[in-house]
Amino acid sequence: MTALLRTLSAALVVALPAQAAEVTSFELDNGMEVVVLEDHRAPAVTHMVWYRAGSADEDPGVSGIAHFTEHLLFKSTETLATGELSETVAANGGSDNAFTSFDYTAYFQRIAADRLELVMRMEADRMRNIRFIPEEIDTERLVILEERSQRTDNDPSALFGEQRRAAQYQNHRYGVPIIGWRHEMEELDGDDAQAFYDRFYWPNNAVLVVAGDVEPEAVRALAETYYGVIPANPDLTPRARPTEPPQLGERRITFADERVSQPYVLRTYLAPERNSGDQETAAALVMLSELLGGSSATSVLGQKLQFQAKTALYASAFYSPTSLDATTFGLVVVPAAGVSLEDAEAEMDRALAEFMVEGVDLAQLERIKFQIRASQIYAEDSVGSLARRYGSALTSGLTVEDVEAWPAVLDAVTPDDIMAAAELVFDRNKAVTGWLTRSVATEEVTQ
Amino acid sequence: MIRALFTAFVVVFAMPAVASVDIQEVKTPGGLTAWLVEEPSIPFVAIEFRFPGGASLDAPGKRGATNLMMALIEEGTGDLDAQGFAAAREALAASYGFDAYDDAVSISARFLNENREEAVALLAQAIAAPSFDQSAIDRVRSQVVAVIEGDERDPNSIARRTFDEMAFGDHPYASAKEGTLDSIAGLTRDDLVAAHQAALTRDRVQIGVAGDISAEELGPLLDELLAGLPETGGALPEQASVTVEGGVTVVPYPTPQSVVLFGHDGIDRDDPDFFPAFIANQILGGAGLQSRLGEEIREKRGLTYGIGTFLADFDYADLILGQASTDNARMAETIELISAEWARIAQDGVTEDELMAAQTYLTGSYPLRFDGNGRIAGIMVGMQSAGLPIDYIATRNERVNAVTVEDIQRVASELFDAEGLRFVVVGEPDGLMPAN
Repeated sequence: MTALLRTLSAALVVALPAQAAEVTSFELDNGMEVVVLEDHRAPAVTHMVWYRAGSADEDPGVSGIAHFTEHLLFKSTETLATGELSETVAANGGSDNAFTSFDYTAYFQRIAADRLELVMRMEADRMRNIRFIPEEIDTERLVILEERSQRTDNDPSALFGEQRRAAQYQNHRYGVPIIGWRHEMEELDGDDAQAFYDRFYWPNNAVLVVAGDVEPEAVRALAETYYGVIPANPDLTPRARPTEPPQLGERRITFADERVSQPYVLRTYLAPERNSGDQETAAALVMLSELLGGSSATSVLGQKLQFQAKTALYASAFYSPTSLDATTFGLVVVPAAGVSLEDAEAEMDRALAEFMVEGVDLAQLERIKFQIRASQIYAEDSVGSLARRYGSALTSGLTVEDVEAWPAVLDAVTPDDIMAAAELVFDRNKAVTGWLTRSVATEEVTQ
Repeated sequence: MIRALFTAFVVVFAMPAVASVDIQEVKTPGGLTAWLVEEPSIPFVAIEFRFPGGASLDAPGKRGATNLMMALIEEGTGDLDAQGFAAAREALAASYGFDAYDDAVSISARFLNENREEAVALLAQAIAAPSFDQSAIDRVRSQVVAVIEGDERDPNSIARRTFDEMAFGDHPYASAKEGTLDSIAGLTRDDLVAAHQAALTRDRVQIGVAGDISAEELGPLLDELLAGLPETGGALPEQASVTVEGGVTVVPYPTPQSVVLFGHDGIDRDDPDFFPAFIANQILGGAGLQSRLGEEIREKRGLTYGIGTFLADFDYADLILGQASTDNARMAETIELISAEWARIAQDGVTEDELMAAQTYLTGSYPLRFDGNGRIAGIMVGMQSAGLPIDYIATRNERVNAVTVEDIQRVASELFDAEGLRFVVVGEPDGLMPAN
């Protein structure tokens, strides 16, 4: 079997297309970075502007302002009425939206390739010309509070996640939810948005990603016309964020909510992230998460807990490598019927301890590497996803070269690297263990 | 002035990009018919199979059998148990998906050219002869139990279940495809074998394929994939009559934000008035373009983060549905506004400007959806399931552009019935009285 696999992977290396989506990158004179991904299969283009400004760049006391600012960028400028940007995109058959994360805020349109200039003109306009109008701010604040209700307050799992992060990060803003704490969101105003906007929305703090049926030279000319004329902000400061103090003891939380259907235990360890020119540890952690939890039927936790001990309904591991600052490595176990959270957690720790002794199953590692190589082929089918890959990396402290090196770094990971990464990360003194449980409604107690 | 110039710049545009999707019909040596889009630039193939009938074919007393059966196809075949099958699939870097819906079951596959033969052989064996091993049945059943229990505590699922029970009487649509805790507890291996024979038959299958493969190569490959299946199945489900009536239902649930599902009977995809109805819905509550409901409820008043409506065309019933969520204190106001907009579009139709904006959006965005092999394969199967001709893509935008405000006025006055609109609210809404 292993011999067969080796043959297949050797063949695949030969068969890999020489990067089907051609990547070109350059910088405008004002410091705006540009990445162009060519995909000429369909006459469409994805145009994205990513700002190196996420919720973790907010000042204390105004949680949610990065996301609120993102909402307010769909309001008016000197030349665009409120909503006109989206209406214009739609009238040209396109779609548009935006998203905010801990490390970035991104705006995008997907539209016929011959409309690139149109969307670029409007996106460049709102980089510096947005107007924060008090009445619009009051209404939009209600919308983000409803968004928080929908995404977080109506979902006990999301509330649990928010509490866990707050316990994990005691000094870094990754411990504050992107959407914001409700009591601070209620107080956000136009001055807060203006301050965030004036600090971060500049070409030398932005990355333009254009993906689709375009030529790099044409993109360069348009980018120079619309973005290149916007002056850089000379006062832009490096993103120096507070770091975590040493964690000296295990942290545990129990979150109970009567709306919980399925209790579970989830543990996250503070873990290193991808760093520019230094992605090896993160690559080993990606492999570790795949080995432990990548597939229910073949992963270590799945096999030991779902198939052998049968104490878990579901068991997995997860890790987010792309992050500006320290990230987390997580384990989750949903106990089988009749198994307590205490026992489920004990079984999880037993499985982990066994793995540390047994080490890496080489056939499993080979399968994972083959799938990662194949995923490069499948990824070519969605140039939009490739655009996101570049945008998130370039706003998380990485470079185009790091993105391009990443598959080879993953492929070079050895079993020893993986075990060393596991030794590094699996320290309960650097972890938060959370139990999500169902509380009993008061009425039922009194009955 | 600057504004006017700018608007002129954006409105004068060339015709939107035309979808250049070249679909071939492929007849296999074994008698199957498939639609193929050859896309040679990336060395893999995506296939989508849709077998009509789906979970609505569950035998009496066996609700949930089709759903559980589909979840078990990847849990072992021949000498391979669940773990062995997964390891074999992963070694090929192929992905297979097996899903059950109310109207159909589907199988999706994606595999590399360089190991296509192995990936096809493995999938063919799983489709034809899943083991339905008892330990796999028990394990997967416990996962379905968790899904059923989760739905019982999810406000959106509660709303949907409540609405369906009111709307569909004794049709299978009235109950969840997963079945109930009782019904799935009683399912045996024989029930799953029977569900497999009933749901996956060659006579009704719809097939879409996109990727780096020729028609000549595809025929024998499809024959191999479906070789082990029965030629014909039993009777398809009956038409459902939509029995929902206007009013407000409140399902108490302890959560800060109420969700609301609303709707009544809709319009069939084959109806000559479908396109006017489709555009009317786009203007009232469709996605992608600022809708009347989005404007009134989100933009002007901040009552919700999201509101939308859609034409829900099932094979055996048609609904128009909408959903929104808002904090408990503001649900009564939200429902009033929805009712008012529902009545307004029925009474006054839409304006020329609204129609033109919807038409330019719908026709312009249409080519953008053919985005990747998997999506194209899925779209082709969707076209077949709707009974559309193979050249439909080239004619679709003409049909959108042919609709007039008069068409919409006529159709909207029949389709939108504010009196007949049923709201199902899950939460603790203030000042909202149930009304039958």
